[in-house]
Amino acid sequence: MKSAHGNSNVTELLARAQALHHDLRFENVRAWKERNGGLAVGYLPVYVPRELLWAMNVLPVGVVGGGDQVEIIRGDAYYQSYICHLPRSTIELGLNGALDVLDGVLFPATCDVIRNLSGMWMMQFPDKYVHYLDVPQDFDTGVGGAFYRHELLEIAGALEARGARPLTDAALRAAIAAYDANRREIEALYELRRREPWKVPTHELYLVLKAGLVLPVDEHTMMLEDYRRLVIRDDARRPLDQARMLITGSFCEQPPIGLIKTLERAGCYIVDDDLVAVHRWIRGDVASLAPGQPPLDALVEAFLRNGVPSAIRYIDQDKKGRDLVERVRASGAEGVVFCAASFCDPALLDQPMLVGALDAAGIPWTSFKYAENTGQFQVIREQAGTFADSIKLWSGA
Amino acid sequence: MRIEYCVGIDLGSTTTKAVVLGDGARVLGRGITNSRSNYDVACQVALGEALIHTRFSLIQERLRSKDAAATTQAFQRRFRAEQYRSQLEALDATAHRLAADAPKAVIGLLDALLGSMHEEIDALYSHDAQRKSDFFRDLAGSRWMELAGTLSRGTPGAFDRLAGVFDKAILEVENSTEAVGTFDQHARNALRSMPASGGDLARGVDAVLDLELVQVGSVGTGYGRQRLPFPEGRIRSEILCHGLGAHHMFPDTRTVLDIGGQDTKAIQVDAQGIVTSFQMNDRCAAGCGRYLGYIADEMNLGLHELGPLASTSTRKVKINSTCTVFAGAELRERLSLGEKREDILAGLHRAIILRAMSLLARSGGVDEEFTFTGGVARNQEAVSALRRLIAENYGERTINISPDSIYTGALGAALFAWRDASRSSTKVESQA
Amino acid sequence: MSMANPTTSKRPPAEARKDESQERQKRMIGEHFHELARAPQTGRKCAYTFVPGNLTELLRSFDVLPVLPEINALQSGMRGKSRDYIALAEKLGHSEDVCTYVKCDVGMLRSGNVGPTGERLPNPDLLLLSYTGCFTFLKWFEILAQEYDCPVVMLHVPYQGDGKITDAMRKYVVDQLRSKVIPAFEKITGRAYDEDLLKEHLARSARAEDDLVWVLESAKHKPSPIDAYFGGVYYIGPIFSAFRGTEAAIGYYKELRAEVEERLREGRGPVIPDGELEHEKYRVVVEGPPNWTSFREFWKMFTDEGAVVVASTYTKVGGVYDFGFRHDPSRPLETLAEYCMGCYTNLNFPSRVDMLSRYVREYSADGFLINSVKSCNSFSAGQLMILREVEKRTGRPGGFVESDLVDPRYFSASNIKNRLESYFQMIAQRRGSDAGPTAGPTAGMTAGGAR
Repeated sequence: MKSAHGNSNVTELLARAQALHHDLRFENVRAWKERNGGLAVGYLPVYVPRELLWAMNVLPVGVVGGGDQVEIIRGDAYYQSYICHLPRSTIELGLNGALDVLDGVLFPATCDVIRNLSGMWMMQFPDKYVHYLDVPQDFDTGVGGAFYRHELLEIAGALEARGARPLTDAALRAAIAAYDANRREIEALYELRRREPWKVPTHELYLVLKAGLVLPVDEHTMMLEDYRRLVIRDDARRPLDQARMLITGSFCEQPPIGLIKTLERAGCYIVDDDLVAVHRWIRGDVASLAPGQPPLDALVEAFLRNGVPSAIRYIDQDKKGRDLVERVRASGAEGVVFCAASFCDPALLDQPMLVGALDAAGIPWTSFKYAENTGQFQVIREQAGTFADSIKLWSGA
Repeated sequence: MRIEYCVGIDLGSTTTKAVVLGDGARVLGRGITNSRSNYDVACQVALGEALIHTRFSLIQERLRSKDAAATTQAFQRRFRAEQYRSQLEALDATAHRLAADAPKAVIGLLDALLGSMHEEIDALYSHDAQRKSDFFRDLAGSRWMELAGTLSRGTPGAFDRLAGVFDKAILEVENSTEAVGTFDQHARNALRSMPASGGDLARGVDAVLDLELVQVGSVGTGYGRQRLPFPEGRIRSEILCHGLGAHHMFPDTRTVLDIGGQDTKAIQVDAQGIVTSFQMNDRCAAGCGRYLGYIADEMNLGLHELGPLASTSTRKVKINSTCTVFAGAELRERLSLGEKREDILAGLHRAIILRAMSLLARSGGVDEEFTFTGGVARNQEAVSALRRLIAENYGERTINISPDSIYTGALGAALFAWRDASRSSTKVESQA
Repeated sequence: MSMANPTTSKRPPAEARKDESQERQKRMIGEHFHELARAPQTGRKCAYTFVPGNLTELLRSFDVLPVLPEINALQSGMRGKSRDYIALAEKLGHSEDVCTYVKCDVGMLRSGNVGPTGERLPNPDLLLLSYTGCFTFLKWFEILAQEYDCPVVMLHVPYQGDGKITDAMRKYVVDQLRSKVIPAFEKITGRAYDEDLLKEHLARSARAEDDLVWVLESAKHKPSPIDAYFGGVYYIGPIFSAFRGTEAAIGYYKELRAEVEERLREGRGPVIPDGELEHEKYRVVVEGPPNWTSFREFWKMFTDEGAVVVASTYTKVGGVYDFGFRHDPSRPLETLAEYCMGCYTNLNFPSRVDMLSRYVREYSADGFLINSVKSCNSFSAGQLMILREVEKRTGRPGGFVESDLVDPRYFSASNIKNRLESYFQMIAQRRGSDAGPTAGPTAGMTAGGAR
């Protein structure tokens, strides 16, 4: 039976997600703009409150570099060899016109490289809307919250000046509801993967999540629903003897899909991760957070209170690493794979602290680095395979 | 009669080059030698070679016959044979001194070996002979090892002993300017062995032998060495020399790319050959000529075989890393995945050129005309990858590659020397 | 080489005295480390904090001594200790990709926390995480927080993303000062916040700042009496570290200014490692921090060529004073907030390009050089674009070298020297004066082989 959403089998659905993933000229964004007459605004990793944009009929478009699809010709002229890969492919996309469809780009406070890229973008593309979104590291409503609220209103004002629909409470409520539905659907998929990882291979989930970077939120939610419904029914997906892993460190520059497949083929079920992290940055529903208050307050509270602990968020000393250990327990992971982009300051500076927490909890781990365009996985395959085998031996003993 | 000349010397990481300029900044001669631990000797030998070449050009100019070029070439071959003989004699003496305490049997083999090499000189420099190299070390070394291998069969330990003797002796010989002998001596011997050449050649040679070559200026350049064996004030940066040298060869040059063994340079010059900006590769040698060297070693191929093999590729493999450290491992993995050698090589060439493209972009792009120099400029696959990428990113550009591109830096240095010399001579005149 | 270097010379010992200010500066810093070492005995409280966005006046008003881990790391680098410290940190699991200041600090801590003067540093009573212009600061103090049993207070200083300080940004910082930072100091010291005392410190800061700016701007003269990068790092020492707002700082900058005034009157060039630069051949602006492990060698590469750095951005990391900002005692918390937000690495790219272009023009520089350090993404990410933009705006050539802060593995002397020589010769050639003097025709090259 063909669903109302139009995806009758997983292969077709994944082909569509894959096509979106490969479409570095953002054709679907172009089409959306033509249909809806709204603006499209890009955002770099990790988190921006997409609800705000969506409420103003602005399509939020996740820009996560060029993956392994883009050959770097001019991007290397902007960056030394010791800077991560994401900004050079992003600038390559900017220079080759692929991002022309965007009316602006938001650069959230993720790290100094993305921060500096915001100013470079201003100089390179003076006609576009460019904003550095400085998210607070103070999490009190009256202090960091007030500052963040002001930031959001400033963005709203700038977008309105560029022709976006004025921000209204009603529209923001609707947008928050749409993203809450999306978050619930993603959480359901993660829950299914925790329970039956063979039903939801991560290399598929990854594509479906990535599609959410460029699709309008409702469309993406439908894709998620379809995917979940189809894989649950798919009896051909049978359990294998694999070790359960949590991967962490991939919240910004995204690994090539070949790396995910390599881990799976090496005997790992990925049962939790921080891939395409914008989708899961806020835990739980936003709508219920500031009852009786304007919806903007709920959005601010969500960031302050329900943002996930992460390398790019200041964490009090006694809580550092605690969340990772809890996630390992909750997902039933048997080990942790630190999987960070080369030269990623946040992930790599964080790692020794997280390792300390895992060691204290007796959780085994391994680590390696990648670049979004890594093409060779032999070493990773061997390393992950050995790690998975050792865990299986250990748990079997 | 005296002829004034200026010399530029480029002390590179693998070879040292010298260019000699005469009046009007005309190139009279070029010389090249392997660089070695003793930079002074390397420079002296390169200059010596350039002066020999200078004298040959001067001889050729003085010949009246129609086949002046062919006659000069024949004379040059004879000259080289005499020069080889002189060095071989030095090698003979040194080797015997070093092997003095060796067993009689080994000394007997040494005698036989050197005897054969002496006998082979004429054949080595005959009209149709192919020589693998012009360097005495390479020529004598390969033959020595062959003969040592054959001769020491049945004498245990003899080969190692003979090889060891060569390694020590060659160091002394190639670092000795005496062993090379003098131009006069070789020229006269060469002339004597060519009785049929007639009076024209003899007159030309005599005239040139009577010339006094007087050095009036010199400038040295080279790869980032802390101490170049040149007088202070006579050193110019290789960037400036490359820019000026390329400008001299192709006056409309605005952008120069040099991919050498250890580094890559992208240089922009103005209409006078003055450098307006430049960029060099970062501190790692990724994407330099040396990278191709590693690949060649890994594939058991000669460096010159890489380009032709790569050009037979029909499906380029995408290579993301040009890291020399990982080159071997990456290559082996690709091969184990069943990729074809030529496809991998084509990908590698493109990867190297992509690195160069980013340096070009950093330095200010690719302007008309574009001149490509350095060892990698002799690799056809690299050139065609570069041609394609430049066309795609900057539009059609004239791309100049000189057969003498290896001398670009030395030529620039010589031009600086020539400018300095003409400036100081004007000064002297005006003071007088 | 027989010929003496034409651009530099050693003055006879009587005149080659180290400037008195330099001795004084050394003494001040030595005394500070001594005070720190004695803190466990004297009972004085210590707060670890960072140079950019430091709140020295506030600390001093609580009688709290600052410890600045970047200063310790750079001192370890200059004293040849960083290699082992970094190796130790990497052995403990810190990535080779990340900031070497952090690794040097972690290594030092694990090696007994002995500071640059050989005395043990006190444990912190407070970690004041002033997150200003550098993401790594945040991680750095999360790492230190695991090593010490003391409170951490976070001061998030918003970035000037749009090139300006807005009321909301100022309010955010002031709110944090009031609601987080001041209570934290009150708690560890048991003292109440004394705004009048703070104002007194701030007034003293402004006085020292006036003299510092005068000294830095003296480089607009030709020849410049100072080197504003290699020499400049000494000049900024007291005000960027523990002494802003103190009488000692006022005295130091007064003396320094008098010395520079005298140099200026006498038309003398800057003090350099082996004497004094007598003939200023090139004037350049430098962007980026210096390399500390080969500091003198790096400096000498400039002086050997007769190059003087007339302005630098590194000497603005602990505060940008030359465009008018002064600490203002009448608005104590607001002025601290503005100070923090105005530090160089908290400025956006267009502002940095403006500043460099302005320096090139106002200091009549022949060009500008970027020392791109691997450790510091805040400085380095995007510097190649700065290079092109400043070239475009000023028409002066830019140069680019790469090194690191305190990792000696990333200082390739021959590579850097090669680039610098090429760069200076290029400037000379473009001026039309070619490069270098010409030796007499007899000092030529000799030929070997068949002559």
